[in-house]
Amino acid sequence: MTKISMTVDGVNYQDEVEPRTLLVHYLREQLGKTGTVVGCDTSNCGACTVHLDGRSVKSCNVLAVQADGGEVTTIEGVADGETLSPVQEAFRDCHALQCGYCTPGMIMQATDLLRENPSPDEDYVRQHMEGNLCRCTGYHNIVRAVLQAADAGTGGEQA
Amino acid sequence: MIPAPFDYAAPTTVEEALTLLSEHGDDAKVLAGGQSLLPVLRMRLNAPELVVDISRIESLKGITDTGDAVRIGAATTYQEVLDSDLVREHLGLLHTAVEQIADPQIRHRGTVCGALAHADPAGDVGAPVLALDATMEVQSRGVVGPRQVSAADFFVDLFETAVGDGELLTAVTIPKHTGWGSHYEKFVRVSHQWAIIGIAAAVRAEGGVIAEARVGMTNMGAKPLRAPAVEQALAGQPATEEAISEICARAGEGTEPPSDLNGKADYRRHLAGVLTRRAVLAAAGA
Repeated sequence: MTKISMTVDGVNYQDEVEPRTLLVHYLREQLGKTGTVVGCDTSNCGACTVHLDGRSVKSCNVLAVQADGGEVTTIEGVADGETLSPVQEAFRDCHALQCGYCTPGMIMQATDLLRENPSPDEDYVRQHMEGNLCRCTGYHNIVRAVLQAADAGTGGEQA
Repeated sequence: MIPAPFDYAAPTTVEEALTLLSEHGDDAKVLAGGQSLLPVLRMRLNAPELVVDISRIESLKGITDTGDAVRIGAATTYQEVLDSDLVREHLGLLHTAVEQIADPQIRHRGTVCGALAHADPAGDVGAPVLALDATMEVQSRGVVGPRQVSAADFFVDLFETAVGDGELLTAVTIPKHTGWGSHYEKFVRVSHQWAIIGIAAAVRAEGGVIAEARVGMTNMGAKPLRAPAVEQALAGQPATEEAISEICARAGEGTEPPSDLNGKADYRRHLAGVLTRRAVLAAAGA
């Protein structure tokens, strides 16, 4: 077992984990943060995307021990109380989900994208969402939502 | 999918890492960003006793200007390479290839040196690094200074490099190609797929004439390849579509690419000719 310490959604946690524990399993099973989901389990689909030290990562492709000392933000940490983040709000407005399984990862990647580029065009959005798969929507409403959040002008700031 | 159990060490110096690696030999695996290693561990294609995480070694981080070359440390991520003005200005070919690796999340964690050490023939960094005449720094325990391995000697075979048991790839140094035009033409069926094949081309043009050209090929064999006959034939030619097309059509000659579900060997050889033309035309601005 290896001792780790990290901040997740603003709260500091100290735990012991097996080195082979994936970050997504640590978040879900040890911290109960089930908002982050396991999709493909092969690092393709992006459903498990969280932020580690300010950048998006696929949490099924990172060991919990690699995040030791780091700061993690999950989908559970992007809203401000009852107030949705601009990206969350835009996903709701644009009906950017159907079954919703990919949505936590989509929102985390969109938030990262907008932090890097607050005024993206459609091509940029599609290029930078390529690591997130959706089996329902055909992506059009997801791209619309990201562009709407960008127009709101605060996409990355509050999330 | 969960990896088989392993011990984990996160040394903070190269010396500590080398001690661990030399003690454990091929029972140890190096972890930098983990974007190639973790899938391997999860699918249990490998089950090392010890994983040595080098990402906390400060001396392996960063990109430095060494005068006539740019040095990229082993713990430097793809994203840091993309954000680097040094790389953008002097290593345009590497920059354009790294932009096409996987997806943003993977690029935030994965490293150039990790990909080189992993040596997947379908990986996107081998061909540009080979085409730009890079040198790898390989460090052994108890030896002062790394040994310098040319990219031509570094890639040995499928998933096999000149890095031996107990050794560590600490950096790659790439000669500056300032002012060269560059293009990486990656052929895939779907977004963020491994390259079916890829062509890395860099061209130095003077007054409408190709002075020098470099061509590297991804997934056209068990390891990255150069196309020396094409490079030599392009030198001195006008940077026109006609001249470039005829020469580049021969890029696949003499290669033995793999046959798999994405394409047979003769299809890949055909693609090599077509994509080399596109890549060189783009690099030459023709």
